Amino acid sequence: MKEKLVLIGNGMAGVRTLEELLKLAPEKYDITVFGDEPYGNYNRIMLSPVLAGDKTIDQIMINDRQWYIDNGITLHAGKKITHINRVKRQLETAEGEVFDYDRLLLATGSRPFMLPLPGRDLPGVISFRDIADVNSMLETAKSYKKAVVIGGGLLGLEAANGLMIQGMEVTVVHIADVLMNQQLDKPASDLMLNELQAKGLNFLMSHETAAIEGKKRVEKVVFKNGTEIDTDLVVMAVGIRPNIELAQSAGIHCERGIVVDDTMQTFDPKVYAVGECVQHRGSTFGLVAPLFEQAKVCANHLAQMGIARYVSSITSTKLKVTGIDLFSAGNFIGDESTEDLVFKDAARHVYKKLVIQDDKLIGAVLYGDTVDGAWYFQLMRDGTDVSSIRENMLFGQHHIGDSGHGATNSVDGLPDDAEICGCNGVCKGDIVKAISKHSLFTLDEVKAHTKASASCGSCTGLVEQLLASTLGSDFNDTPSKKAMCGCTSMSHGEVKNAIKEQGLKTISDLMLALDWKNPDGCHSCRPALNYYLLSTWPDYQDDPQSRFINERVHANIQKDGTYSVVPRIWGGVTNANELRAIADISDKYKVPTVKITGGQRIDLLGVKKDDLPKMWADLSEAGFVSGHAYGKSLRTVKTCVGSEWCRFGTQDSTGLGIKVEKMTWGSWTPHKFKIAVSGCPRNCAEATIKDFGIVCVDSGYELHVGGNGGIKVRATDFLCKVATEEEAMEYCAAFMQLYREDAHYLERTAPWIERVGLKSVQAKVVEDHDNRKKLAQRFYESQEKSQDDPWAEHAAKQRENYIPIKQVG
Amino acid sequence: MQNWTEVGPVESVPQKGSRVMSTPDGDVAIFRTSGDEVFALFDQCPHKKGPLSQGIVYDKRVACPLHNWVIDLSSGEATGPDEGCTRSFATKVEDGLIYISL
Repeated sequence: MKEKLVLIGNGMAGVRTLEELLKLAPEKYDITVFGDEPYGNYNRIMLSPVLAGDKTIDQIMINDRQWYIDNGITLHAGKKITHINRVKRQLETAEGEVFDYDRLLLATGSRPFMLPLPGRDLPGVISFRDIADVNSMLETAKSYKKAVVIGGGLLGLEAANGLMIQGMEVTVVHIADVLMNQQLDKPASDLMLNELQAKGLNFLMSHETAAIEGKKRVEKVVFKNGTEIDTDLVVMAVGIRPNIELAQSAGIHCERGIVVDDTMQTFDPKVYAVGECVQHRGSTFGLVAPLFEQAKVCANHLAQMGIARYVSSITSTKLKVTGIDLFSAGNFIGDESTEDLVFKDAARHVYKKLVIQDDKLIGAVLYGDTVDGAWYFQLMRDGTDVSSIRENMLFGQHHIGDSGHGATNSVDGLPDDAEICGCNGVCKGDIVKAISKHSLFTLDEVKAHTKASASCGSCTGLVEQLLASTLGSDFNDTPSKKAMCGCTSMSHGEVKNAIKEQGLKTISDLMLALDWKNPDGCHSCRPALNYYLLSTWPDYQDDPQSRFINERVHANIQKDGTYSVVPRIWGGVTNANELRAIADISDKYKVPTVKITGGQRIDLLGVKKDDLPKMWADLSEAGFVSGHAYGKSLRTVKTCVGSEWCRFGTQDSTGLGIKVEKMTWGSWTPHKFKIAVSGCPRNCAEATIKDFGIVCVDSGYELHVGGNGGIKVRATDFLCKVATEEEAMEYCAAFMQLYREDAHYLERTAPWIERVGLKSVQAKVVEDHDNRKKLAQRFYESQEKSQDDPWAEHAAKQRENYIPIKQVG
Repeated sequence: MQNWTEVGPVESVPQKGSRVMSTPDGDVAIFRTSGDEVFALFDQCPHKKGPLSQGIVYDKRVACPLHNWVIDLSSGEATGPDEGCTRSFATKVEDGLIYISL
């Protein structure tokens, strides 16, 4: 017989837990749900658009009754559980019916806090919480004129806006002088106040309500300062309180909420709780995203997988209130130890404030233009050293330039057919439709359903904006830390530390020790783990099956399943014999396209897999080795002609480029790594958009790091200047080694340096001479094993992997 | 009656890997999982015809090398929100040899 799981509370958090549970263990439980309201599960966040007349109740249903039937769930909508008997594991309803449970999930939510004012029980005094409240407001708006909303928080403003749209004359009463003081500072609040007043809302700021008066129904609100205002309706929106009475009456430990541990378990191990009713490590919750995180964790434990933990940390809030975009995160007020960067353009209704402490971003408020919220939040979460970008960071990440979607930084005004994701051709309309149709709440869900921002990721900010504006008031881009992939809750950094600290030597040991959810991992974590092990342990045996195909067969797969072959041409310098050999080999294998690459190499495109080893044998014979154009590895060293020919050249840039390439080729790195050497500051080799660039000057060599072309063009940071070629090479080896050891897999040098800060790189590579020599030494040592040509080896020993196992017909 | 064609020894396909068998109708990808189960799919992703044999194999799934669609090895169906299906073939292993029913 199946165990009985009973959910009390048919709201978003509880039902989301069931959805997650059904994904993990669809057959495990016999599930019953009790809900107070006579509906299926609806999206409470969307009540404001219902009030404003933009949506109907049907449109905000997440799971209708059919969903419960389809999933074999018994729904008792409108039945109230009044007693929990934990000894007998039974529940009692108001009507005296009794139900058994084996596991109980409490998701009783919260209720609006009603100020204990005289007159609060008068007809016409309501809260803003459920469909009944919305209906009551809509009814009132038909026959009455004046409304007062007590509370200038998010919910209060939404209610006020909705009532105004329904034709009422609305006054918002707020006790403080800052609207939404949980999310905004004074200047942002003032902008908002102006904008809302212009729309027609009235405000009484710094007003404390003393009483509500009226005979048959509410007639006026009286304030402590002696003034009063006439009204026909009072909506109280001064906060929420967790619903804990049921749990409390059953003797389950409660403080402000039902106290749960990191697994969402209450003090009774048979009873779990999620959502707005819980208190976790002292915090209670009101936004949707943390609830969904809790749902995931709780489902994991209900499915007896037992590996997830709920950890709340700094959160950011991205809101759309009455059509105004807001974002806030962290400590956005600041104190004596912090510095503020402020941008204000009152005419455009834009305000941005960043709070910096010890060169790190610790808080942000954005009003009107929130496109960079996700970026700022990332900087905060990663503790990035922002000293090098602070002069520009207020203007946002797009200030650096994103290719693919021009200078678009706001999605609101775009038409539905505007392309948001240039990689996968996904338009605004597609994304909005997917969000509403499939009830998507997170960026990852949008990626999975639409592919928007699933490729290069440069449109992530725009997609998040669309989520915020489509979901309305309560979108919150959660994850407190970024898990490596769906197989684990650990981040890249945590996995790397565990490899070293626990001495994990193989992928299977690692997955076992770190409780990987899928025994084989997935296509996203396996290549990363293979790289981390490879770069940590010199004797690690590379796992070809955990490499992306390009690195497994040492060639680049093309859209038709053929491959491209790029022989190494040292420093981009070749000669007639080499070119002749390439021409002959191209003829022999009927290569359809021969192209010069951006990195000064020759690309032979359209080669069949069977031909690869034969072609490599021929190329080896002509003296070529693999060009690694396919790998997360040193790609090319691009050079200009330098002092040998150029009338401006100051040093032998080609010669140095060849030496650097001979030193670095064959090395595996977290992402591709490009080098260039220019012979003078005219910089014809474009060294200042490479991962490592050398610009020769008359007195020596300028070393530049962390540049790239591509999605976000980033010019290099100046690392230092050295006097000799030998030094330039040593610094190059040390820098590459530091990058290899320190960066996350698939993190190029540009984002890596932005994350750790140029100063920390300079400290380790430039200022600490011993450390530089040690880094360089580790690089040289690992290169001793890496510089065997994989082409020659595969051509000699692995031909069978390139041909069919069998041919029939 | 199924018509079984011998493919070759199990060990000639790497664990969590694949080899192709060429047929007049196109390549068939033969997969071997970490648990030594053997599956066969037409070597074309339902999305943009990427060669599934070249993808990363985990559990009973393969990620297409072109755009990371994840295909179920036993049914040939795309998993998750992606929709599409590629032809699958029955296989069996006897005395260490793989057989396929084309």
